[in-house]
Amino acid sequence: MNAAESSFADRLLGRVRLSGLLSLAAPLLAIVFAGVVTSIVLLISGDPPLETLGIMAEYGAQPRSIVLTLNYATTYYLAAIAVAIGFRMNLFNIGVDGQYRLAALVAAAVGGAVALPGPLHIAMIIVVAMLVGAGWASIAALLKVKRGVSEVISTIMLNAIATSLGAWLLNKERLAVEVAGSNNIGTKPIAESGQVPGMAIIPGTEAKVFGLIILAIVVGVIYHVLLNRTRFGFDLRATGRSETAAVASGVNVKRMIIVAMLLSGAAAGLIGMPQLLGSSYSYSLDFPTGLGFTGIAIALLGRNHPVGIAFGALLWAFLDTSSSILQLHEISPEIVLIMQGTIVLSVVIAYELVHRYQITAEQRRVSKELAGGASPRPEGASA
Amino acid sequence: MLQNRFGRLAATALAGGMLMGAAACGGDEPATSASPSGAASSAPAASGAKVGLAYDIGGRGDQSFNDAAAAGLDKAKTELGLAETKELEAGNGETDAAKEERLRLLAQGGFNPIIAVGFAYSGPVKKVATEFPDVKFAIVDDEAATGPNISNLVFAEHEGSFLVGAAAALKSTKNHVGFVGGVEVPLIKKFEAGFVAGAKAVKSDIKVDVKYLTQPPDFGGFADPAKGKTAAEGMFDAGADVVYHAAGGSGGGVFEAAKAANGKAIGVDSDQAKTAAEDVRDVIMTSMVKKVDVAVFDFLKGATSGAAKAGTTVYDLKAGGVDYSTTGGQVDDIKTKLDEYKQKVISGEITVPKEVS
Repeated sequence: MNAAESSFADRLLGRVRLSGLLSLAAPLLAIVFAGVVTSIVLLISGDPPLETLGIMAEYGAQPRSIVLTLNYATTYYLAAIAVAIGFRMNLFNIGVDGQYRLAALVAAAVGGAVALPGPLHIAMIIVVAMLVGAGWASIAALLKVKRGVSEVISTIMLNAIATSLGAWLLNKERLAVEVAGSNNIGTKPIAESGQVPGMAIIPGTEAKVFGLIILAIVVGVIYHVLLNRTRFGFDLRATGRSETAAVASGVNVKRMIIVAMLLSGAAAGLIGMPQLLGSSYSYSLDFPTGLGFTGIAIALLGRNHPVGIAFGALLWAFLDTSSSILQLHEISPEIVLIMQGTIVLSVVIAYELVHRYQITAEQRRVSKELAGGASPRPEGASA
Repeated sequence: MLQNRFGRLAATALAGGMLMGAAACGGDEPATSASPSGAASSAPAASGAKVGLAYDIGGRGDQSFNDAAAAGLDKAKTELGLAETKELEAGNGETDAAKEERLRLLAQGGFNPIIAVGFAYSGPVKKVATEFPDVKFAIVDDEAATGPNISNLVFAEHEGSFLVGAAAALKSTKNHVGFVGGVEVPLIKKFEAGFVAGAKAVKSDIKVDVKYLTQPPDFGGFADPAKGKTAAEGMFDAGADVVYHAAGGSGGGVFEAAKAANGKAIGVDSDQAKTAAEDVRDVIMTSMVKKVDVAVFDFLKGATSGAAKAGTTVYDLKAGGVDYSTTGGQVDDIKTKLDEYKQKVISGEITVPKEVS
């Protein structure tokens, strides 16, 4: 597709790529822009911008902080991939949050209830999580295919239903057990055979990186191969680009919607696994929430590219990690939220600006060549 | 209070400290803010202790649970001459690792003692306390984290709720009262259990409506006055005339509904006839007060004089950790009866259930 014919959504979701130096210009522009806005906010709140960033960088570079950042990033990466699968074919799966919470809860309960030999136990928990995530997402997929319900609406509502269902399930009469002496309740802790040991791979600290960081990497590779190296991936991207064209070339669009939604849901089911199997071993009242929404932001930030998402997840995780040191220096930790929001906006705006520059530059070149009597070079497809 | 602790359990806590020992007098620098931690650890011998406080989400200014802890800290600052205090609060949806890191940063920064406010800190406190055996830790609302340097400050909310339940039943002319819980979690169920038991102790056939505003992990029920109002309106419409709330910030809506229905309401955590919006104070006949400030102050007093007591301290009716309030004089006529019940609970003649039967 010619860049000039692309829609804003195509550009936003990274379905149209920039070429040459421009692909470097966009992220640089975004970083500069985000830096300027953040500095202004810091100045308004009365904190010196350079010193603040210095504190964050210094703290973020400590071995323990690196481990924390990697662990957060593992979770964020899985969340963003779950969202990105939908994005690539124009499906806005806003329900990743509900899918992941329900999957983590059921998987934790099943994992706590059975005892199996090590690898089998872990595999079973992960498979259950993927099935539950996919199952919950399938409701939205079926509604879309059978009744034409927008997946945006249905997944948002399913998030609310997942909350209520989770509350109903996380009860002592059902999946939960009381934690002695605590006001918390959670599922029965998963036995050691189902726990994934951490890896002490960062020198200088005993803190361990989630073993399931490998899972995140594998998921990233599968995402890349599936989308770019298989017929299925081609069909998926084609459907995302133009449904009518896809139908004309023999793609069963309804089937694609269901499969993409199920994949997105299955990936969503994985989001809670690093935390569940690597740290908390039980789904309780204080299990982290909202990761599905973080995933949306990071998928946008990484422009749905597996490597881009990795950078996005690491950046996001670094900012989250360093927010605690800011409080110690009397700088409001909300600054981090502002930074994260600014970065996403900057990326969206910067890419849009660069795309528009590219389009006008091309048009200028074409009209020049036409005026000179030469025929314009044919455009290559950019997908 | 409820709101915070549960609030989105993503709280961050940082509290740390080195035990600077016993000398608790001296440099009274009352500012909440402290110098950067690096400087502090290199010069640990300042006069007075450096106290770290880690809140759950919300932090100081929530007019409820966290503010009660903050009040205890403020009192300690002036009366005990603390050298420095640092308050850190949690982020939304964070993991235990983030809470641990906060506590660790405080400990590394030379803060000692360190207080974690809310049960979400249970795991993190246990872990960090092992890493810093010389630092005294306290955790509010949790008994699960135990260790030689951990003090657990817990409250008998059900006992206090029992008294206001009895007060509600004594004041109800329609033999029908209500309970509005913020979020359906075990802690709030304790309030419900005590309230129902208290009401039934007075009139065994009394009708008690119970309604929870939200279910976890949606903790919005602690901060949604509109939901609180709707729930209470429903109860007043159905014939209740006294409604007790354990719903943090949503309680404001309960008071409004009581005012509109010419009914009565019962406050929670602090003496709400003094802290609620002025136009609704007259409907608050009493409040179940939970003295987090007293617990925090007591702990700091003990810790700074070198006598911090590890293990669980229960702030119950007997210890004065929970009570009913008398501001406004609306329960003066039944005070004798309430004090009778209070004595019976203290003496053990009445055992208040912690769980809803």
